[in-house]
Amino acid sequence: MHRTGELYGHFETLEQQKESAALGMWIFLVTEVLFFGGLFLTYTINRHAFSAAFGAGSNTLDLTLGGFNTVVLIMSSLTMAMAVWSAQVGKKQLVSIFLIATVVLGTIFLGVKVIEYKQKFDHHLIPGAGFDIRYHAEHPTAADNAGKIAEEKEELEKAFAKDPDLNAHAQLYFSLYFGMTGLHALHMIVGAGLLVWLIKGSFAGRYTPKYNTPVEIVGLYWHFVDIVWIYLFPLLYLIDRHH
Amino acid sequence: MSKTPPPSPGPNMPHEDYLNATYGLKSWLLTTDHKRIALLYLGSVTVFFFIGGIFATLIRIHLLTPTGYLVTPETYNKLFTMHGVAMIFFFLIPSIPAVLGNFLIPLMIGAKDLAFPKINLLSWYIYLIGGSFVLYSFSTGGLDTGWTFYTPLSSVYSNSAVTPAVIGIFINGFSSILTGLNFIVTIHTMRAPGMTWFRLPLFVWSHYATSLVMVLGTPVVAITLLLAGLERMFHLGFFNPALGGDPILFQHLFWFYSHPAVYIMVLPAMGVVSEVIPTFARKPIFGYSFIAGSSIAIAVIGFLVWAHHMFVTGESTYAALTFSFLSYVVAIPSAVKVFNWTSTLYKGSISWDTPMVYALGFIGLFLIGGLTGLFLACLGLDIHIHDTYFVVAHFHYIMVGGAVMGYVGGLHFWWPKITGRLYPESLARTAAITLFVGFNLTFFPQFILGYMGMPRRYHTYPPEFQVLNVLSTAGASILALGYLLPMLYLMWSMRYGKVAGPNPWPATGLEWTTPSPPPTENFDVTPEVTWEPYDYKNRPDLGLTAGAPSPAPAHGDD
Repeated sequence: MHRTGELYGHFETLEQQKESAALGMWIFLVTEVLFFGGLFLTYTINRHAFSAAFGAGSNTLDLTLGGFNTVVLIMSSLTMAMAVWSAQVGKKQLVSIFLIATVVLGTIFLGVKVIEYKQKFDHHLIPGAGFDIRYHAEHPTAADNAGKIAEEKEELEKAFAKDPDLNAHAQLYFSLYFGMTGLHALHMIVGAGLLVWLIKGSFAGRYTPKYNTPVEIVGLYWHFVDIVWIYLFPLLYLIDRHH
Repeated sequence: MSKTPPPSPGPNMPHEDYLNATYGLKSWLLTTDHKRIALLYLGSVTVFFFIGGIFATLIRIHLLTPTGYLVTPETYNKLFTMHGVAMIFFFLIPSIPAVLGNFLIPLMIGAKDLAFPKINLLSWYIYLIGGSFVLYSFSTGGLDTGWTFYTPLSSVYSNSAVTPAVIGIFINGFSSILTGLNFIVTIHTMRAPGMTWFRLPLFVWSHYATSLVMVLGTPVVAITLLLAGLERMFHLGFFNPALGGDPILFQHLFWFYSHPAVYIMVLPAMGVVSEVIPTFARKPIFGYSFIAGSSIAIAVIGFLVWAHHMFVTGESTYAALTFSFLSYVVAIPSAVKVFNWTSTLYKGSISWDTPMVYALGFIGLFLIGGLTGLFLACLGLDIHIHDTYFVVAHFHYIMVGGAVMGYVGGLHFWWPKITGRLYPESLARTAAITLFVGFNLTFFPQFILGYMGMPRRYHTYPPEFQVLNVLSTAGASILALGYLLPMLYLMWSMRYGKVAGPNPWPATGLEWTTPSPPPTENFDVTPEVTWEPYDYKNRPDLGLTAGAPSPAPAHGDD
């Protein structure tokens, strides 16, 4: 496969090359929709069957951190879109700046996710033998607000009255929580890797109004990963919220 | 493969082609040439075919006697599971698309390569990695869940090496996804000038439909097996009723891919048949647009029938009725194809060349496989024959009688293009007939066994079923001979076969206008298509004109 400048030898024109790359990425995103689709279906069916447990599980999540991350991710979509635009109009320096901003925001998102996972670990909310949805309510630390703990206890009592097997079913919620957010985080990590590759290229001045296919198709991917979060956030954080 | 000596330049052979352009192991393992990647796939799917074949042989030997002397019940479970996994995921699904499709699609549409040559190579490596995991599972305790991996057997109770197998199939799925993605993009953006959608060979149409199924179905089975694997590794409860999960959900998700996967296997074979029949009937194909459209229809409707595998799970009557009805509907586009092929044969000047013998065999066997599928789609009858040998016989008629016949027939049809050499015709025809006879003797008795009530996946059976089982085993040994013969003479022909020339049959496709074997870039100049597809009456450049006697196909032993 010979390559003349930006054009690979098996294509006739740059337009054909760009059209192929973009179509390829769109089809890949379709496969991603179906890949996540299996998880969303499993979530839907289990939430329907065990709504009390899913509500109780959802209530343990930190709305502030989740909300902050949502804003961070939407911001990163904006900077990504700006990077694509900068490449299209030939502002080479802006391409690098916006790409770096995107990767920084992505990293912040992942960092906050680590904090959240750590919290779940401390609260015995990792599915397995040690899982106990009541652990946090029964073992409050000095930093916890006593009134909130009492409220949490009361709500868990109510939930257990609805579903005596709540602990088992809440594990299903957390299996899905870690499965879905974990898979999403994995996509973010892949996206961050792609961004680093783009930044290298943009420092070399590769992206011009004539040739900016890589920026555009990585942009498509990045927006898709954001959209997945836009669905994950309400489904995992916002169901059955009381406080 | 790298050891193959360069073919001596013959009268019709170019000095440089894709096989002798570069040498050495590296030039093969790092190639991005779709033709070389197709040959890499040819080698690796053949390995899995033989692994799966060995398991099948052991099963048939074991079933010679009602009590089964050869293996223990536990080993028997592993044999049929590993037979299914090797054959379905690592042979049948990649066979025609990754070997013939890879080789031919760019040639047929007049492109220099697939749209993403590096991704094409990546697909092969992903296949190898997935395959290694599965072979690791086979060799460290085996696999006994059935190829369907039903939970909670696979996720909790099985004592075999399920985890590596599930990881292997998960990984291999991405090979399939990337191949499908590559084909779709290539067919959209890489067509030569004049190659309009309705001038595409039907082989390309059927691969377009196949790729749709690969791209839309495979991600679902990937996530499903991932969840089942996580469930096994970390004791999660997605599909485990003891922990609140739903095993029926696994079956729905699994069959959402695995029923359409049947069409991944058979649609490409239909594409092969659509190329072979007009060539050896010397007639334009009948109902081109209907055959093309029926491929797409099969791909679309194929996604709406999955729960017919689950009629006995206690699903709602209304769901069962709907899925039963839709399963009947999918027979319509399949029948459209069969009628169109038959109409193409009508008043054609048919010659009984080897690929044609395979294509005609395909029509007959696919017809039986398809009609018995309708028996199974019938709710009342399915209760009686569910999980019996009737099902086993039905899907082997589709997968072996259909897909494998199409694959081997296609290999013969395009062998002169791939290698530049002709195989010995009389031997090849004998092998084709051996295969046909062996196949029917193996699987027809299984219809009767199933109808009489012999359940599948049991290692013993009542003594009154022995005669039919012995017949089936006898047929399997003939079938094995039918597979070994082409393997031997095709390899022989790579070195000693007669030089084929660019268009030995002759056929009208674009792939036959370039030398055999083709140069690395496929065409010396980008071709321009000015003719309609399958115009066997009006191609004076090939010696095909209406009324005149058509040129005889070239044979390796003429």
